Amino acid sequence: MGSEAAAKRALGPALMKAHRLNKRYIQRTPFSRKKFVIDALVDVEIDIAPGCISALVGESSSGKSTLASCLAMSEKADSGEIWFEGQEITGWNDRQFAPLRPRIQLVFQDSAGALNPRFSAAQVIEEPLEVQNRESGAKLRRRACEVMEEVGLSADWADRSPLEFSGGQRQRLAIGRAITLKPALLILDESLSGLDLSTQAQILNLLLDLKSTHALTYLLISHDLSLVGQIADFVGVMHHGRLVEFGPMQQVLGSPQHDETRKLLASAGGVESAYRAAQAGGRA
Amino acid sequence: MAACCASTLLRVRGLSVAYDGDRQANLALHQLDLDINRREIVGILGESGSGKSTLGLAMLGLLPSKARIEGSICFEDKDLLQADESAWRQVRGDKIAMIFQEPGLSLSPVMRIGDQVTEVIRAHHKGTKAQQKQAVEAALRESGFSDVDRIYRAYPYQLSGGELHRVVIAQALVCRPSLMIADEPTRSVDATLQVEVVKTLRDIQRKLGLGLIFITHNPALLAGFADRVVVMYAGRIVEQGPVEALFRKPLHPYTKGLLQLVSRTPPHSGYVRQERLPAIPGNLTGSDNWTRACAFEPRCFARTELCRRESPVEIETEGTRRVSCFNYGI
Amino acid sequence: MKFLERRLVHAILLLIGASALCFLFSTLAPGGYFDEMKLNPQISPGTVAALRSQYELDRPLPVRYEHWVQSVLRGEWGYSFAYNLPVRSLVVVRARNTLLLTSLAMALAWLIAVPLGVWSASRAGRWEDRLSTAGTSLLLSVPELVVALGLLYFAIHTHALPVGGMVSADHDTLGPWGRARDLAAHLVIPVTTLVLASLPILIRHVRASVVEVLQAPFIQAARGHGVGRTSIRFRYALPAAANPLISLFGLSVAGLLSGSLLVEVIVGWPGLGPLLLEACLSRDFYVVVGVVMMSTLFMILGSLLADVMLVIADPRVRMDNV
Repeated sequence: MGSEAAAKRALGPALMKAHRLNKRYIQRTPFSRKKFVIDALVDVEIDIAPGCISALVGESSSGKSTLASCLAMSEKADSGEIWFEGQEITGWNDRQFAPLRPRIQLVFQDSAGALNPRFSAAQVIEEPLEVQNRESGAKLRRRACEVMEEVGLSADWADRSPLEFSGGQRQRLAIGRAITLKPALLILDESLSGLDLSTQAQILNLLLDLKSTHALTYLLISHDLSLVGQIADFVGVMHHGRLVEFGPMQQVLGSPQHDETRKLLASAGGVESAYRAAQAGGRA
Repeated sequence: MAACCASTLLRVRGLSVAYDGDRQANLALHQLDLDINRREIVGILGESGSGKSTLGLAMLGLLPSKARIEGSICFEDKDLLQADESAWRQVRGDKIAMIFQEPGLSLSPVMRIGDQVTEVIRAHHKGTKAQQKQAVEAALRESGFSDVDRIYRAYPYQLSGGELHRVVIAQALVCRPSLMIADEPTRSVDATLQVEVVKTLRDIQRKLGLGLIFITHNPALLAGFADRVVVMYAGRIVEQGPVEALFRKPLHPYTKGLLQLVSRTPPHSGYVRQERLPAIPGNLTGSDNWTRACAFEPRCFARTELCRRESPVEIETEGTRRVSCFNYGI
Repeated sequence: MKFLERRLVHAILLLIGASALCFLFSTLAPGGYFDEMKLNPQISPGTVAALRSQYELDRPLPVRYEHWVQSVLRGEWGYSFAYNLPVRSLVVVRARNTLLLTSLAMALAWLIAVPLGVWSASRAGRWEDRLSTAGTSLLLSVPELVVALGLLYFAIHTHALPVGGMVSADHDTLGPWGRARDLAAHLVIPVTTLVLASLPILIRHVRASVVEVLQAPFIQAARGHGVGRTSIRFRYALPAAANPLISLFGLSVAGLLSGSLLVEVIVGWPGLGPLLLEACLSRDFYVVVGVVMMSTLFMILGSLLADVMLVIADPRVRMDNV
């Protein structure tokens, strides 16, 4: 424990910190007095170390995506504090946050929904640059093509609509758009779910390359433990809005402390252990 | 586990499907031959673009009208590809049933579950209203629901992801088809649910003695479940064989690469931080499908000059295994 | 019942607001009811002044408004200068006539538009769809006025239909069957005009809504289960496409009293249209306010109806116990 804390300290101060975050959704029905209360986040504390890959796992509706939205400042938590690069950004409105926004970028699961279908691929990447007034004209186009090549897309496809891309190519485009503004933190919310295994592997390799080239920090949200178990440095387990376990990946997934973690590990092994049995010679 | 009687339920011969795309014609399936036997679970393994979904849709006549289809699909001594729309409607749901991806989207949001499952029986005019209701309730129970009344009256938005999966399974089995096709039913779904769905399908297949085709991109789902695995790439079948033999010793380089993606990752290989993940290099492109040589050649670690010139012929080996590769077993 | 309480409060506020604005604008418009009389040299200014005072036209606006509200609560809704009757009795009779016309037209229009729109959507892109789209575009570009005049012309020249009015002169002498036939004959021209005017928009909305739904995965899933074409269109597609159509239906109901003004005036149908026109031209102040209020009431009811129908039709909007 001591060496782990020391190792963490050696990484430097946390890039992003959240302290006692709470968020509750209340739904009212039009004709009755009933209301539904959903505790999406309950007293969540998290530290995201710089230059590392931190992952959040848990079942659907465990609160992982809500936490991601709150950290990306696209939703406001009900209470709690958020710190980014040493500055407290709790409760900042859009105008206050605008200069910091390029530093935190979000990549969604469904890029077909997240990317404007009327834009060409190059325009998708150019748009954030234009909005931030970083480049213009021909230089803009060149930069967009550079980014496309960097994420493994051919610059010949610059004028095609994202809808013509395959699922994996769209995610590459979304990642390209996200890194264009040179962020410090990239939040990937189930960005690899629904892709073929081989595509997932390729995009994970791309993410690892980009991380070292651009000194990025990742917050990876996924329900897939085998994915997380290959690249994450730190893992947090969410259950009913609470962060029930958090620590170095090998520790959390190798010797789990919480029941929820054990349950998730068992399921990940569920189908796979039968696979292993088949590999060993066919007893099913 | 394999078919004890060698009777064939479905026989596909020379199936080719092509579309006219915006930029180039798209060859989705190329001269496919495939047999599905009674009471057999066949896993069709392949990436996006391999043609696996097209194969499933072709078996139900659900390809768009602009698709150009050649070949034959023989089912119960009739060539389905020669059938007209009303003949197809008699087969769909009744003799051959499909479970689509994303059950949340496969159900009408404004109809109750009971009504939606009943619609499947109604479409085939089976029995009185009371008999239909009984059949629907039986189907819901067989899919694993215990509180059938609540589900019958519920709307899709009120059910969880797992419950929705069971509902579409109930829709598929309510008319007691002889063949069920599950098209990637567990994509984007978390691991716990994946295991549940696969288990439910296995139990139903055993109990009702159906033929089942399970289409997926994830080999791990087929272990301990499928009897036979058919590996597809670029619209062709590149390897097929009994599941244990195929997983223990894959013959085609593509199958090898695919299986490594599972065997070299946790939980098989322990939770260790990697700097580089195993991956099959390159990507499947649309033009690969049209090639006269081996479609996998650009990405293959075992490729030779011959692979660039000619298309491999299917070879039978080790009993019932088949592979299309000049350099298989490397 | 928080929802209904809220709507009731909104409705009252809306009625108050609409009536106040109506009062204001009517007063701002130049001229008054008795202005023509002023021009008449035979009537003394004193008489005019006395008449104006009798009808309270010389009192300040807020006082008149207050008295008007009291009159509404008494059930009279103010007083018509021209007809010498409480506005209510006048408006109710005319409103009944208008409603006969518009509800018939609305029912017919929807009964034609829905199947036509669904059929057009299912043939999207093919020649039948293109033909129907061209047809609706044509209809859309022809003004109501022209359609009405065209039908009148046809009626005059062929003597097939009566020209104008609601009933013939000898209506009361006919037996019940004859009376019904007479009324029906008079209804043909105005109803046809109104139906032709509203069809294009309805058909297009139904078509657009259904086309979108037909792309949905659950439609293909239903096909995959062997469900027949008609069932898919009317049991799967149409209910799922109903939301925007319900809003449109609410708008149709809301416009039941106000949508037929032009047609009524041209055809001579004794509905609210000619009444309102006459009252505006002659500054029959309280009649104008009365008609406007009645239309506003219908708008509120129509919108309320649409919201209630939406909650009933779409289970997701209801969100009951889960």
